Amino acid sequence: MIRLANVSHDYGGRALLNGIDLHIAPGAFHFLTGPSGAGKSTLLKLCYGELRPSAGEIELFGQPLRGLSRDALADMRRRVGVIHQDCQFLDHLTLAENVALPFVATGRPVPEADLRELLSWVGLAGQAESLPPTLSGGERQRAALARAVILSPEVVLADEPTGNVDPEMSQRLLSLLVELNRMGTAVMIATHDLPMIRSAKSMVSARVLRIADRTLQTAGAEL
Amino acid sequence: MNALRALGGARPTPGFGDPARIVPSSGIATLLTAITAGAMAFLAVFALALSMSAGQLAQRWSSTLSQSATLRISAPPSEIAAQTAAVLEVLRTTPGIASTRVLDIDEQRALLEPWFGPDLPIESLALPRLIEIIEAPEGFDSVGLRLRLASEAPGAMLDDHTRWRRPLVQAAASLRALAWLSVALIGVMMAAMITLAAGFSLAANAQVIRVLRLVGARDAFIARAFTNRFTVLAVIGAVAGMVLGVAAFALLPVAGDSGFLTGLGFSGAGWFMPLAIPPLAGVIAWAATRTAAMRVLRQEG
Repeated sequence: MIRLANVSHDYGGRALLNGIDLHIAPGAFHFLTGPSGAGKSTLLKLCYGELRPSAGEIELFGQPLRGLSRDALADMRRRVGVIHQDCQFLDHLTLAENVALPFVATGRPVPEADLRELLSWVGLAGQAESLPPTLSGGERQRAALARAVILSPEVVLADEPTGNVDPEMSQRLLSLLVELNRMGTAVMIATHDLPMIRSAKSMVSARVLRIADRTLQTAGAEL
Repeated sequence: MNALRALGGARPTPGFGDPARIVPSSGIATLLTAITAGAMAFLAVFALALSMSAGQLAQRWSSTLSQSATLRISAPPSEIAAQTAAVLEVLRTTPGIASTRVLDIDEQRALLEPWFGPDLPIESLALPRLIEIIEAPEGFDSVGLRLRLASEAPGAMLDDHTRWRRPLVQAAASLRALAWLSVALIGVMMAAMITLAAGFSLAANAQVIRVLRLVGARDAFIARAFTNRFTVLAVIGAVAGMVLGVAAFALLPVAGDSGFLTGLGFSGAGWFMPLAIPPLAGVIAWAATRTAAMRVLRQEG
């Protein structure tokens, strides 16, 4: 679905990623690790077209990113659910409205029953009318997950979804993502939460990728 | 909405999923837009009034002065009766003249009274004879008439008021052109102000744009979230400004029955002209905001 071939990315004139090859296949489960600043977020942004590579080819659902118009890229985002590191909500809208935003933003009626079911699934039914700034870190992350999957995307990209939540909440988010993967959605999680990666391995066959020295390596043996 | 009501006792938000609420409503830019549109609409009412008054003035001067002409016969007393008869014969056979009338002695006295008082012994003066000519709607050929008069009655002078009329009508026409230029400039100023306000609002709402891109909104949808808001505000502001401007004219004290200022303002169907201002303001706001939004979105990459 998402394919990177020999992709490089410069950041401020400095090479951040170099010669990256990556293929996210339907139903795959990937972890992306590496030290802070190694380029995990950058690699995810390359995967959903927010950043353009300085070299190499990126293919999204069979189409080269290079040739995509802005509208085509926007339409493609409907097939990729993104959980941003800092969630990115509209703080003046309620949680339910934020979760429903992908429907509103693409000009479609909000399926109220699905929305209710989704909010229950992430355990936020009681907070539907709350404003995002009043929610805890874990609640915000689960809301971001709900928003990322409301359009039933084919792949979910999550950037540090357990960045500032306690281990119990981290476990809960992981089980939601694993559940999603079992229903056929490909998942890629950028994280350095090693306990989460360990516990995931008992639930799903996950592949662990590691960014080191600007390149992507398969890790796993050490975990 | 029933589905949402079931969410742990949560009440549905009014206007849930309404795209108009995506951009936060607070903000100095939106307030400025409404105020600008109001002020510009107020000024536009005055410029419109000026242009319409200038038009009416030109028409009034043109029509009242052109429907009549004056013929003056200066001749020695012995010849005046004969020349008057000759002139009347010429006028009778000239096409385009509806009627003619020789002013009698009392009318001439009334004309001179402001200068010489009521006791002027007018009978003893060698006054020229005046003939008033009322034109038929199709008008007459004043050049041809002058030529005929020169041969038939050398003492007759035709004054068809063209000399007075032309500069007045030209002045009114220039005034009118200036007024329309003002209307156009007001439109340009409004477009410029709204472009700046929209640019400010787009910068202040960079987060909204980022989130909308993230969830798959196209540029046209994001631009619409801003254009809708600014268009509505501009129309509301323009309606308020237009109402105030028209009210100012309706309440303006009228300076007498005659004179230049009487013409300033709206009359008849002219009162409906300012109704065009709010829709026009809306169109300008829409175009200015959309241009600004699309430029920002394309720059963002």
